[in-house]
Amino acid sequence: MTISQPPAIRLTNLSRHYGDVKAVHQINLEIQDGEFFSLLGPSGSGKTTTLRLIAGFEFPTTGSIALHGQEVADIPPFSRNVHTVFQDYALFPHMTVEQNIAYSLMIKKVAAAERKRRVGEMLEVVRLPGLESRLPSQLSGGQRQRVALARALVDHPRVLLLDEPLGALDLKLRQQMQVELKSLQREVGITFVFVTHDQEEALTMSDRLAVFNEGRIVQVGTPFEVYEQPATRFVAGFVGTSNHFDGPLAEQLTGSAKMFTIRPEKITVSEIGTPSPPGAIQVEGTILNAVYMGMQTRFLVRIGEAAEVTVTQANLHAANRNLEALRNRPVKLSWDPQYNHVIHE
Amino acid sequence: MSNGAPHPLSDPPRTWIRRLSTLLFIRPRLMLFLLLTPPLLWLGIIYLGSLVALLVQSFFRLDGFTGMVVREFSLSSYLELTSIPNLEIVFRTTVMATAVTLTSALLALPLGYTMARSTSPRLKGMLYLAVLLPLWSSYIVRVFSWKMILAKEGILNWLVEQVHLKWLLEAILSLPVIGGSSLSFSYLGAFLVFVYIWLPYMILPVNAALERIPQSVLDASNDLGARPWMTFRKVIFPLALPGIVAGSIFTFSLTLGDYIIPGAIGNSSYFIGQAVLAHQGTAGNIPLAAAFTVVPILIMGVYLTLAKRMGAFDAL
Amino acid sequence: MRFSKKPGGSGSLLKLGAAAVLMFLHLPFLVILLYAFTTDDATYRFPLPGFTTEWFAVAWGRSDIWEALFLSLRVASISTLLALMLGTLAALAVHRSRFFGRETVSLLIILPIALPGIVTGIALRSSISLGGLPFNFWTIIVGHATFCVVVVYNNVVARLRRTSGSLVEASMDLGANPFQTFRYVVLPTIATALLAGGMLAFALSFDEVIVTTFTAGQQQTLPIWMFSQLTRPRQRPVTNVVAVFVVAVTFVPIIIAHYLSMRGSEGSKK
Repeated sequence: MTISQPPAIRLTNLSRHYGDVKAVHQINLEIQDGEFFSLLGPSGSGKTTTLRLIAGFEFPTTGSIALHGQEVADIPPFSRNVHTVFQDYALFPHMTVEQNIAYSLMIKKVAAAERKRRVGEMLEVVRLPGLESRLPSQLSGGQRQRVALARALVDHPRVLLLDEPLGALDLKLRQQMQVELKSLQREVGITFVFVTHDQEEALTMSDRLAVFNEGRIVQVGTPFEVYEQPATRFVAGFVGTSNHFDGPLAEQLTGSAKMFTIRPEKITVSEIGTPSPPGAIQVEGTILNAVYMGMQTRFLVRIGEAAEVTVTQANLHAANRNLEALRNRPVKLSWDPQYNHVIHE
Repeated sequence: MSNGAPHPLSDPPRTWIRRLSTLLFIRPRLMLFLLLTPPLLWLGIIYLGSLVALLVQSFFRLDGFTGMVVREFSLSSYLELTSIPNLEIVFRTTVMATAVTLTSALLALPLGYTMARSTSPRLKGMLYLAVLLPLWSSYIVRVFSWKMILAKEGILNWLVEQVHLKWLLEAILSLPVIGGSSLSFSYLGAFLVFVYIWLPYMILPVNAALERIPQSVLDASNDLGARPWMTFRKVIFPLALPGIVAGSIFTFSLTLGDYIIPGAIGNSSYFIGQAVLAHQGTAGNIPLAAAFTVVPILIMGVYLTLAKRMGAFDAL
Repeated sequence: MRFSKKPGGSGSLLKLGAAAVLMFLHLPFLVILLYAFTTDDATYRFPLPGFTTEWFAVAWGRSDIWEALFLSLRVASISTLLALMLGTLAALAVHRSRFFGRETVSLLIILPIALPGIVTGIALRSSISLGGLPFNFWTIIVGHATFCVVVVYNNVVARLRRTSGSLVEASMDLGANPFQTFRYVVLPTIATALLAGGMLAFALSFDEVIVTTFTAGQQQTLPIWMFSQLTRPRQRPVTNVVAVFVVAVTFVPIIIAHYLSMRGSEGSKK
């Protein structure tokens, strides 16, 4: 590759402080053109503030924001070619769907006929044909969300920012929209920056993601990397569930005292005496409880004095077991040590 | 995309509006300053300035001989306030204000309660409107109407005669303080009109406070065995109190400053408002008039502080 | 059990009390209407000696009434306009930013209407004479606009509170600068509040008599005219005719403003 394009978004040493509160601190991030990139983290971790910094609603205390190579830190949002889909959709209640979508075009003084045509196009893209003359109050939550999307995409911004847009939808609709958003992004081909606190959502949709904690980015990577190779205990615990071992217990299991994590689904729970593959780590323990979760069963097993290990087992066979009776049953845990992930903190 | 990759910055013409907008956005304090200056300038200079000027004038005095205002610091106007006739004026006005406030509160409760507890939104809206209409309609017309009602030859007298209670009315009228030559020239008459005029100002906050009482609280009180009067005393009234206090701010303050009703309907003894009017008029005794004005301001200042402590401001 | 149906007769007693108070509030209006038709033009005799509609014609012919009416209308219109501008600016400022002295601004705006009219009146009067200015049409307007600001301010602030904050951000995000945002998003949202506030301000100004007495020169607004009739009446029923008219005219904007503020569920927070 001879000519390298500047990344769609580059944040350099970006900080946003409110007095003593460090909402965002020393963020460094590059998001490439055409990526579906998620900002993941718990509430108050700085992901929404970062989004607002990119959009232009907040100004950095220090650091720089560059969009496609252009420094934009002191440029107001109405001059940035970046649009946002807000958490509450923020549709203008006194305007029809058509007027809402055409808003950015109207501001740019696009001719009425052209506006109408592009609105129609956009409604097809988000699969809401024919709803031009409805008012937002007459739409369902899912429909409003699509109108918000259409409104943000109609004038071809280079980056689309989405602030937890699926939060208000119920589970089934949310899962459906996750798929649709992903395919929409591929179709339109622009960079999506997606904020969410739902790690499953982030893993499902992103090309890459950044995990936030307390105003800093703790890991950036693909969903696989973040899930299987968490950089810190926080990431291991926030993205999915994980077990961590350190000190003497780690030494007992692996021969080294370094802290490592292992995901629950990688561990097998079986009767004592069941043979395990060669090289597997094996340890005996007692079941504390077992929970039926539909597609899997989750066990909490105590090993040693106080360590508790979470194990999930896919319910491949539909056997209606009496899970209560499994309490205090001695069992053997075993797993392939290649899945141990050492954390250097 | 039709015209190639768009610029990361939207590129409208760099008009002066764009530059101004950018400036205002980056400097939100500037925007705030621009928004606030006209109203603050108006209110600050015109209104506050006048009030301060008035206050300053209360520290001047009127030269008895020349009839001119002497612009030297002096407390003589305030000293004049402490003379017996002037104290009587203040006392009279304050007593009337208190009586009016208490009566308004009493009358406001049943209507406010019915409005708050009515289950039909249409009825509630109409009751609300029924209170708003007198509130906003012409003050002078409403005072005027009572001139007719209270007139010696008017409706009220006629009604009293029809039910053969004329002797009662005359007895009341012959009472030393509140009576007078006829209802329309007596404290009693003035009192009636005051209550009538300010009642809506009391009803609305009381209603607002009563409306905040969740039905579940009343049900619980009932559930625990309290009879209606007990529920009223222990539950409803305390919760309505902030609303009553909020409404009393209006009834008290408005009565303190009014000169029209005592002039048109009261007897010839002065209320604060009339004193102010008289002194600043032909007498030209602005300092004394200003001193008199300070009295209701002070009373209301104290009253408002007390009311704020009682949480009345949330009921407004 | 619904509490509104109290056990025993106390429920209906309460309703009776409420109805009595309502009647107390409204019957005087009927009295005014009644006396507009009496033939007796010197006293307020009841029962009425006779019925006539001649006073309506007489009122129509009195030029002093028409002058007072037109003055009141002009004053109310301009004061309302001023109050709309000042009140909206203040409401926008207070709503969008938390600044030092925010509560003070609210207090300052409410003060002209919270203090007794006589205080405002005499304060303005002494300033005007101190400044050596004549008492005329414009001094009346200054007084009226000052206490009308709060009505507009309250209405607009209440409406702004009910609208979602992200609307303004969404507009700017889509490329509209603050001026365009005001024109296309904010203004339509507060339109009904402006209308309601404006109508109330108009009614307030049209009816005001205390402050006006102090700030007017020789002019008579309609309420001042009526006040003069209280103490020096001639052709008493004519005053009633005017009163009936005034009541009718102020009832209408109040009713409209009421329904306007009740609506406006569009734009409320989800």
